[in-house]
Amino acid sequence: MKIVIINYGAGNIQSIRFAIQRLGYEAILSNDPKDIQAADKVIFPGVGEASSAMKKLRASGLDNLIPNLKQPVLGICLGMQLMCNSSEEGSTEGLGIFDVDVVRFSNRVKVPQIGWNEISNLKSDLFKGIGEKEYIYLVHSYYAPICNDTIAVSEYELNYSAALGRANFYGTQFHPEKSSDGGERILQNFLEM
Amino acid sequence: MLTKRIIPCLDIKDGRTVKGINFLDLRDAGDPVELAKFYAEEGADELVFLDISATEEKRKTLAELVYHVAEKVNIPFTVGGGISSVEDVDVLLQNGADKVSINSSAVKNPQLINDLVAKFGSQCIVVAIDAKRINGEWKVHLVGGKVPTEIELFAWAREVEERGAGEILFTSMDHDGTKNGFANKALARMSKERNIPVIASGGAGKMQHFTDTFVEGKADAALAASVFHFKEMKIEDLKKELERCGIPVRL
Repeated sequence: MKIVIINYGAGNIQSIRFAIQRLGYEAILSNDPKDIQAADKVIFPGVGEASSAMKKLRASGLDNLIPNLKQPVLGICLGMQLMCNSSEEGSTEGLGIFDVDVVRFSNRVKVPQIGWNEISNLKSDLFKGIGEKEYIYLVHSYYAPICNDTIAVSEYELNYSAALGRANFYGTQFHPEKSSDGGERILQNFLEM
Repeated sequence: MLTKRIIPCLDIKDGRTVKGINFLDLRDAGDPVELAKFYAEEGADELVFLDISATEEKRKTLAELVYHVAEKVNIPFTVGGGISSVEDVDVLLQNGADKVSINSSAVKNPQLINDLVAKFGSQCIVVAIDAKRINGEWKVHLVGGKVPTEIELFAWAREVEERGAGEILFTSMDHDGTKNGFANKALARMSKERNIPVIASGGAGKMQHFTDTFVEGKADAALAASVFHFKEMKIEDLKKELERCGIPVRL
């Protein structure tokens, strides 16, 4: 199986590669459209700021490539947010895969949300073998509100989308690669789709 | 519900853990990777590695260590100690660190916080603050708490947040090593005034201290070293006790 982690120059993507290794698979890091198109599974990570990440995607043409992929694609954290219609962070348009606009938590809670929270209302094969109220690890200041594409819900100030899904596209606001055994199971479910 | 985090801190010198001599059941408790795995399995929510080696040569060892920890451990970890530039941070994040913490270098050059946040995002920049009360006023200290400054703790915490830091790790030098509990009054004030998570550090001796720092100190996370390294308490037992006291934890 060919697994590609899209490498568009942002932060810690080693952790995802290592988590995949722990599951017995190998992934390559690439921003080459040929590699990405030929992959069986595509992981779209993201750490950093939304508008500058979108600029990088546009500069390399990945903004057109990603929404047209037919194989399973998993966006993680900012990756998931960039797959939405837009983000309030740097007022940027997104890739428009998930029909929702990403907004910031209010100052009624501490921002960023950092730590372990629960997921519930699990509605996807991504969560096969995962119980309601499983703990997952998150670090984020922006969130996707509940929408038709919501496949997992978490609560911080309000209920928001902990994961999104539509056709072959999946996104998790949490970091499965850092969410202990439960997170690894979710990653494994994705790789076995 | 977001849970309160328990964070063991591992001191690293020349690529080896300094404390942690009480791990008879571990093959090599001096091996940070093995100790990290142990804590992850015991229920630690995050780990902090604090590098106390001084030379450039040893810094390369640290990058390698980070790589090996990231390879084996499936919970987040922060790396701190002697980080003073964007390049330092880049190397550590590229090797798999989730967050970095900066301390003295941020006090000497506060713009570093802005530069790091612009390049890597708030979520991975922790500012560690060591402080001590002098004539009733909390003053920021440098070099592991050894060198006093004129900077007032709460003013500095505010500046750190304004410059974009994602989290504050506050160590009270008055409490560190005493095992008499955390600096809950100062922590509560900081947590109330600031809108980013605050990690309590310094003073953990018994389980009640953790309960107190979450309830009275309003801390979002608590960090400790020796109570875990010397097996004075197991993380799992601590979390059960916290849960019994009504504090949300991941069990």
